Amino acid sequence: MKVFLGVDLGSTTSKAVLVDEAERVVGRGITNTRSNYDVAVEVARRDAITDARLAMTLGLVGDAGAAIAQAFWVEQDLLRLERLRQTCRAAAAATPGEGPRLAPTVDMILARLFDEADTLFNAEARTRGSFFRDIVGARFHALAEEVCQRGAIDFERLLGVYDRAILEAENEVIDASFDEMFAAAIERAGVEGPARDAALAAAERAGGEAIDLAGFVGTGYGRARLPFPRDCIRSEILCHGLGAFTMLPQTRTVLDIGGQDTKAIQVDERGLVTSFQMNDRCAAGCGRYLGYIADELSLGLHELGPLALQARRPSRITSTCTVFAGTEIRDLLSVGEKREDVLSGLHRAIITRAMSLLARSGGVYDELTFTGGVARNEAAVAALRDMVFTHYGPRTVNVHTDSIYTGALGAALFAKRGVPAEDLDDAKKECTGCSA
Amino acid sequence: MTTPVRKEPSMETQKALLAGYFSRLARAKEDKRPVVYTFVPGNLAELLGAFDVAPVYPEVNALQSAMRQRSSDFIREAERAGHSEDVCSYVKCDLGMMMKGNVGPTGEVIPPPDLLLLSFTGCFTFMKWFELLRDQYDCEVAMLHIPYQGDGEITDEMRRYVVDQLQREVIPKLEKVAGHRLDLDRLRERLARSRKAEDDLAWVFRAAQHRPSPIDAYFGGVYYIGPIFTSFRGTDEACAYYAELRADVEARLAAGEGPTTPSGTLSDQKFRLVVEGPPNWTSFRDFWKIFHDEGAVAVASTYTQVGGTYERGFRHDPANPLESLADYCLSCYTNLSLPARSKVLADMVKEYDADGFVVHSVKSCNSFSAGQLHMLREVEKLTGLPGGFIESDLVDARYYGHSNIKNRIESYLQMLAARRGASRPTEVRA
Repeated sequence: MKVFLGVDLGSTTSKAVLVDEAERVVGRGITNTRSNYDVAVEVARRDAITDARLAMTLGLVGDAGAAIAQAFWVEQDLLRLERLRQTCRAAAAATPGEGPRLAPTVDMILARLFDEADTLFNAEARTRGSFFRDIVGARFHALAEEVCQRGAIDFERLLGVYDRAILEAENEVIDASFDEMFAAAIERAGVEGPARDAALAAAERAGGEAIDLAGFVGTGYGRARLPFPRDCIRSEILCHGLGAFTMLPQTRTVLDIGGQDTKAIQVDERGLVTSFQMNDRCAAGCGRYLGYIADELSLGLHELGPLALQARRPSRITSTCTVFAGTEIRDLLSVGEKREDVLSGLHRAIITRAMSLLARSGGVYDELTFTGGVARNEAAVAALRDMVFTHYGPRTVNVHTDSIYTGALGAALFAKRGVPAEDLDDAKKECTGCSA
Repeated sequence: MTTPVRKEPSMETQKALLAGYFSRLARAKEDKRPVVYTFVPGNLAELLGAFDVAPVYPEVNALQSAMRQRSSDFIREAERAGHSEDVCSYVKCDLGMMMKGNVGPTGEVIPPPDLLLLSFTGCFTFMKWFELLRDQYDCEVAMLHIPYQGDGEITDEMRRYVVDQLQREVIPKLEKVAGHRLDLDRLRERLARSRKAEDDLAWVFRAAQHRPSPIDAYFGGVYYIGPIFTSFRGTDEACAYYAELRADVEARLAAGEGPTTPSGTLSDQKFRLVVEGPPNWTSFRDFWKIFHDEGAVAVASTYTQVGGTYERGFRHDPANPLESLADYCLSCYTNLSLPARSKVLADMVKEYDADGFVVHSVKSCNSFSAGQLHMLREVEKLTGLPGGFIESDLVDARYYGHSNIKNRIESYLQMLAARRGASRPTEVRA
């Protein structure tokens, strides 16, 4: 199978999408963007290829496919968990004067994480947008609290071990054999007998088909860091425009609110960008702002939207400045405003800012597609729908379930459509990050 | 895409001209030449030359200071003195420079004014700026009010109104500070020399109609306009410089070469752009390089029309000296209405066969930036091409965001390329 890769290196997440020659999505990968961009991209890319191979295989499996798929991704996370165990041991041993005391505790916590793997790395966690680091970090933190309440181990020191260890574990690319993981997934899913034989046979048949990378394009906030030739880099504005249009072909206006910036994009009847506006150097009102708010209120990012939707009287928030947001929240809470009302006001403030960009880009045409990490926030979507109706009248506002992959999809399509065939061989030679 | 950097004779001449200007200016008092502060748009260089006064252009000092990375200190100084962050950065740079001893961009002291001559061509801030300087220097002030070209044309009444002010207000005050009457023949001689230089400059700008364009009419253009927008208009030096510049451009044209840029000669031109708005001066080279790296050349620009619309056809006329000065002031780009500015941009896009146009909106300058998004939409409608929009500032380095501008320019040019690759024309929305 000939595939085309699109990579979207965002400030919060790195995404990879593979499309085939018919421009169908055949594989996707996503991971948190970490300090080592190259690793983030490589993890997303490998995940997309693995996803493509898994889909090819499961297409031949039958009813047991869903359970095997879930078990497969658990197996993959277990590989990284094993790596984390090693780095935790090393970090504990390297803690001055504390190594011998910390090591058994760290080992015990890691053992608990292995035991809980099926629950921790379940499909729901993936749907919520949590990554390995988030899932394991939250559980390690909880277990460390338990342990430290009982004994003489210092909580901060224990977390220090984890913080050092996860950086190392996360910033490595882990080699994994698809066949071995698939076999392990069959065992983990409890598939036995003829179903097991059928699954193994499917893997063998699917494994016979090569996945050939015929082109690639990178995009996103960190695209300049991608190990791609210059011709294989596209602006995220173009990629989001084309990606949104491809997912929802009636799209004429795209609003993308990512971690660092907000973009209002107009596309024509072919998905080509005709106009765009983006925020200036300040990231006020972007995804980072919500992250900051979540930290300020000790909430998970995914909890903000549902809580804001419970508001009865949204607070009037004037600032989308990330720096002032904390002060504003504390002020409002101190005068008795409810948390959900404050949060609702904050979401409206973000969308008010986005509305200004939409207006500057030419307005809102039917249909408007909302993309980027913030599009996963229900309160932001509700505020957008409300304000679009107020300012522009009835408009269809779309949020695709896979909107997080919009930029990467656009990039993959540019790879399919744009990279001249004669350049591909040269490009591959130059591209150290794409050795598929 | 580029070949190594090469200095051309006219570049050295231009540099020497401006350096000589600042040196002469520093000696003005000992040379017994009265000093007149005035602004670039609508400046009466020939008239000032006829009186042999030394002109000072505060906004030129500001941009020159910015190019030498000195504007931030001056702005900070002005803000410390109570001028808000929202005040025009040209103003703050100039005031800060004054507060720090009025040491100009070349390190020489700028002498205080004997006359503040405000030729008002649409910038309200200029008026407030000179109010501040008047308080500081307590010197003679002359105001020339230029009626706004709201309907996009110059009427006889407007011309007479300006000529009348020249006769009743400006010339008498210049005579007072200079200590002698105006010699009209001398003024005519200067206007004739202006016309000659203007012919050559206009030819240089029109040369951008060729492919590859032998000039960059925005980034390179600001160097070209330096002498003629300031004190050199009407001088033999200017005539010689523009003849030399024309010869350099003719040579590049004959060789099929693109413009000389700080990053080398740009002959492989992937995008031909028209640019609206002043450049950023604090990161001028970086700003230019962003365009250069994408193979984008400016084939026309409106900023190079603020001190005279020579490329659009204006010429000084020695036969009608005062009327000609009036027409010059009335026709400056800053004095044009939004529809007229949109038409200039659209005409440029068509005449220079541009692939697109970019609006650079500067935070400092309301008179330039207000309405630019509206203009962008109008020009899109008039040309059928999408416009690009970037934002920064004139001389306040805090408002120049390299990554943001680069991202927008790259995106815009990729958008043009994607459209170029598509076979059918696309809709441009109203």
